[in-house]
Amino acid sequence: MVNLLNGPQTLGRGRAFWSAAAAVLAIALVYPLFVDSYDVGSSAYFLCWVFMALGLCLMWGYNGMMSFGQTFFFGVGGYGYGVIEINLGVAHGGAMASLVATLVVTAVAAASLGYFMIYGRIGGMFFGIVTFAVTLALAFFLNQTAGPEWHIGAARLNGFNGMQGMDPLTLPWFGGDIDLEGTAFYYFVLVLLVAVYLLLRLLVNSRFGNVLVAIREDPLRAELLGYDVRRYSLVTFVIGSVLGGLSGALYCSWGQFISPSSVGLPAAAMPVVWVAFSGRSDVTATLIGTLLLIAGFQALTIYSEQWALILMGVLLAGTVLIAPDGLIVSLANVVVRRRARNRTVLRPSLQER
Amino acid sequence: MAALVQTRGVSKSFGGLFAVKEVDLAIEDREIHCLIGPNGAGKSTLFKLIVGTYAPSAGSILFAGADVTQMPAFARVARGMSIKMQTPSVFRALSVRQNLHIALQHHVEPHRIPAEEERLLSLLGLEADAARPAGELAHGQQQWLEIGMALALRPRLLLLDEPTAGLSPDETFRTGELIQRLNADGATVLVVEHDMAFVRQIATSVTVLHLGQVFARGTIEEIIANRGVEEIYLGSAHDA
Repeated sequence: MVNLLNGPQTLGRGRAFWSAAAAVLAIALVYPLFVDSYDVGSSAYFLCWVFMALGLCLMWGYNGMMSFGQTFFFGVGGYGYGVIEINLGVAHGGAMASLVATLVVTAVAAASLGYFMIYGRIGGMFFGIVTFAVTLALAFFLNQTAGPEWHIGAARLNGFNGMQGMDPLTLPWFGGDIDLEGTAFYYFVLVLLVAVYLLLRLLVNSRFGNVLVAIREDPLRAELLGYDVRRYSLVTFVIGSVLGGLSGALYCSWGQFISPSSVGLPAAAMPVVWVAFSGRSDVTATLIGTLLLIAGFQALTIYSEQWALILMGVLLAGTVLIAPDGLIVSLANVVVRRRARNRTVLRPSLQER
Repeated sequence: MAALVQTRGVSKSFGGLFAVKEVDLAIEDREIHCLIGPNGAGKSTLFKLIVGTYAPSAGSILFAGADVTQMPAFARVARGMSIKMQTPSVFRALSVRQNLHIALQHHVEPHRIPAEEERLLSLLGLEADAARPAGELAHGQQQWLEIGMALALRPRLLLLDEPTAGLSPDETFRTGELIQRLNADGATVLVVEHDMAFVRQIATSVTVLHLGQVFARGTIEEIIANRGVEEIYLGSAHDA
């Protein structure tokens, strides 16, 4: 178990790293005690997005599949949660059941889309193009659902105005359900994020993860070692996309609102920017970098959303030119190199393909 | 005794042009079978048909008594084939040890993998390079690493496409010794090669392909004595 957490596919190993991680987690846990609940809510909002970045990191950085479809699944998750929750109702753990059902729906959607792409041998750049096209198609479709005829049960889609009226998540508990809003929601998302992060570390360092990086490096060689490359890629696509759906569902529960703009073009570029900037080859780098970027973007948006978008573009271009492996990964490699010359296997460069 | 590999009337055409045409080939259990022929004879295409990276246009392929014609490459590997392609293809960004690990984990129990890694590293003479990214190795070392990965699967049939390409004469000779040692341990080996000195070193039987068809077959002595083979090589067969 410990070996898997600290395996070769993840940066950040050893006592110093885990001490720092524990310290950061401790700060994250006590932080709501010192700030007002509005700020805690904003922080929870930041955390919601990280899941989709981690999903993209798994697909792109570890398996070599550049999916532009994270916001497609974000949309499926967001609208899915809304539709199911509005129809199911919040009582008797209905909201939490809606979340679970949404993830199942996302998984089925990912498996269907992924099956046709991966078994149809759509690879490389075309994988990105097809997923991007599907994302735009969903955004355009949702935009024209303003009329009253567009409803699923009691849930009206509402076109570009967005869907509303769903309840936030509740946690079924013995004395009565706990409303997951404000600070409670923050803790819920934080626990989920820590769990997903640790599970991903276990996954990428496991036997499965070894095959993933082998496929990224050379799919034919991986197949000639006896691995069913397409099945591994499909499973990875489903896991990564479900994380996109989780982001969407959490976002929808947080704001009790979801609109097509969460699916469309600028939104679709964001996960790619976060993951490329952070370093797609490592989950920890993606976690840190994504949080930094989202917080920075949000701070800038207060002044001007246009400028914030332009800055994102500049950051992406700069990263690609200066540190193609991602800024956080490159910085981490410098630190590791300083600390242990010749001793450690460094994070491999992905540039050589 | 039935052959380990049998191709029956196997053809492969690319846009009407036959790269391999109606080839019947039998590779007996525990032999070192060399597939030779001039450039464009169809050696690599036949190799890929047996491996499963190409699907034949006609004919069937049997491996260990089962028809594998429609079987994808990974499933053939699971049945005991192991392959080294022409150009070295190792996982370049991963360490040498990880390369071997990924090959080993397919069928070796987890607790035995470290010991197997060490055994292969010393067999390949790569102990000192275990932590280096495989892409940083010299060409010859990459070839060896890839042979090591093919061995890690403990194959019944080892398929090698030009294993000596780009190797020094000394490395070539040692590769030949390695193949003979594996063969003595029970592996059947199919080698596509045009280095005749190497073929003479290892082959127990030889098939000559020419223009996509079987031109001659026999022991290495018979092939060398065959005037026709010499002619299709334009006298170059003895140069090596």
